[in-house]
Amino acid sequence: MATPTNYRSAEWQGNTVEVPRQRAHSHALEPARDDEWGAPARKRRRRRKKPQWLIAWLCLAPALVLFTYFKFLPMLQAARMSVYEVRPYLGDRYVGLGNYHDVTTNPYFTKAIWQTVLLAVGTTLGSILLGFVLALLTEGQARHLWLVRTAAFLPVVTTMAVVAEVWRVMYYPSRGGVLNTILGWVGVGPEPFLVSEHQALLSVILVGVWRGAPYDMMIFLAGLATVDRNLYESAAVDGASRFRRFYHVTLPALRPVGTILFTLAALRGLRSFTEVFLLTNGAPNGSTEVFMTLLYKLGLEQGQLGVAAAAAMVLFLATVAVTVSVNVWRRRVVRK
Amino acid sequence: MSTPLMNRPRARKAETSDLHTVLGLRFWNGPLAVAVKIILYGAIVVVFAGPLLAILVGAFSKVSDPTKFSLLPHGFTLANFHAAGNRGVYRYLFNSFVVVGFGLLLQVAVSIFASYALARKRFRGAALVMLAILTTMMLPDEVIAIPLSVVLSDVPLAHLNLIGTYWGMILPVAAWGFSILVMTEFMRDVPVDLEDAARVDGAGELRVFWSVILPLCRPAMGIIGVFGFTMIWDQYLLPLIVAREPSQFTLPIALRTVRADDQVGVGVLLAAALLALLPSVVAFLLFQRQFTRGLESGALNR
Repeated sequence: MATPTNYRSAEWQGNTVEVPRQRAHSHALEPARDDEWGAPARKRRRRRKKPQWLIAWLCLAPALVLFTYFKFLPMLQAARMSVYEVRPYLGDRYVGLGNYHDVTTNPYFTKAIWQTVLLAVGTTLGSILLGFVLALLTEGQARHLWLVRTAAFLPVVTTMAVVAEVWRVMYYPSRGGVLNTILGWVGVGPEPFLVSEHQALLSVILVGVWRGAPYDMMIFLAGLATVDRNLYESAAVDGASRFRRFYHVTLPALRPVGTILFTLAALRGLRSFTEVFLLTNGAPNGSTEVFMTLLYKLGLEQGQLGVAAAAAMVLFLATVAVTVSVNVWRRRVVRK
Repeated sequence: MSTPLMNRPRARKAETSDLHTVLGLRFWNGPLAVAVKIILYGAIVVVFAGPLLAILVGAFSKVSDPTKFSLLPHGFTLANFHAAGNRGVYRYLFNSFVVVGFGLLLQVAVSIFASYALARKRFRGAALVMLAILTTMMLPDEVIAIPLSVVLSDVPLAHLNLIGTYWGMILPVAAWGFSILVMTEFMRDVPVDLEDAARVDGAGELRVFWSVILPLCRPAMGIIGVFGFTMIWDQYLLPLIVAREPSQFTLPIALRTVRADDQVGVGVLLAAALLALLPSVVAFLLFQRQFTRGLESGALNR
């Protein structure tokens, strides 16, 4: 090692005693010599002096500006608008909680709230159950299982607009429609699906489950991968049946993942817009009207911005309520 | 086929115990069990991928009405794409690509800078910034959609009207809490020693950032890149409130305007739908490993 590098390493070794101190105050490490890249010593010293907090805030600035403009400001705006009757060119009129009163008592809204909850519960439970079953079935490392998983996951990355349009086509209510043809094979139907007041919401839920289940499957699979295989082994050694092993080892290990999925899916269900907007837009006869489609109609089509903002605040409070209650419930379960 | 070869070591190990999966389906090897498995897996693939494959088939077939929508091709034709072109679908596709291109570029850059600060710097207020980012993630886009349209029509201080512009669709998605958090997590894992070594060698701030931190975060850039792509591509409400005229539509929101055509029927919708689903599906297939990793880090760590 009698090369020029040796010279440098000797210098390094001479410094080793000081290393801890150098780390604490980096300016202690300031011999006035050109560095390896040949940058002049003076320039380097100037760089060092830039305080770390300034760099940090400079790096954060774009994100914070964008968040302020397009998240926090609209949020404040929504809170403000929700207590005004917004009248362009005439000036806003303060109405206190009047808009909230409208939202909670107007029969259209109460119906929409009820249907939103049904939609959210249906899609959440459906996709979690189906996703869980799919995860159990496709667990494993074989290549064909990987293929099945990949194929099943495609709906999740397909844009919602396409999902809704293709299901509209498949729900075609005459005898020749895709789903009616399949139902016809087993002697059922033809069903009206989206054009029937009784089936429309269920049909929308089915689309949500179809798109949500593979996502939940992927997360459950990730959760299954973290289950300690030694526990399976010890359970088997202790003579536990496959079912008991599943019930006592697998299920408890998956509970945290399940809780997260439940929260995410419930929130997604509460604010579902695109699929309803494209599949039925509230029809027939308001039987699939959900919170967001009504809010959209009020705010952007009829210009009742104040009421729409109040509705948005209600939705936001519901979101917060779901998140908080799930977290409280989870903490209580953990403590027990 | 290389499949049996690849699995041989694993199979031999698993022969001793069937404990690797919950159900242990691998060890149902009777002829009946294999048949059941084939039917089951086939059904899963058909149910979930079938409709999307039918779009692919239908886009190149004569599909006059929804009853002709099926997995079986009938008569190859490009008429659907011609009709789609006449309806301005390629214009919408172009709009979509502009929004996703610039949006993703900005989003990744903004995330990288923000997470560099959050992961590698100690400064007063870091916890507050983190809280702010988490708050934006709690806040559903749908809740702020209507006030956002008010803000976009007259951006405070700047006094710009972004309604009806590309910027109106790009800027609101340019900062995304999820990708900042994922990136921050990765950057935290870069050893401090590497950074210190570079600084001792005289590297300045930019040099440390560019030559030490960034190269080590390339996997994370794949993750936030593919997630950001699908997230921006899936935007619906935002372009809906920003676009004023049909010429400003992105492809997803334009789909409902091309539902059927007098001449070619539903085929035109399928052609447009194919164009709308391909980019995000291709992005997923190319970056599948990163996508799965992102899902896991996103869901399991929260």
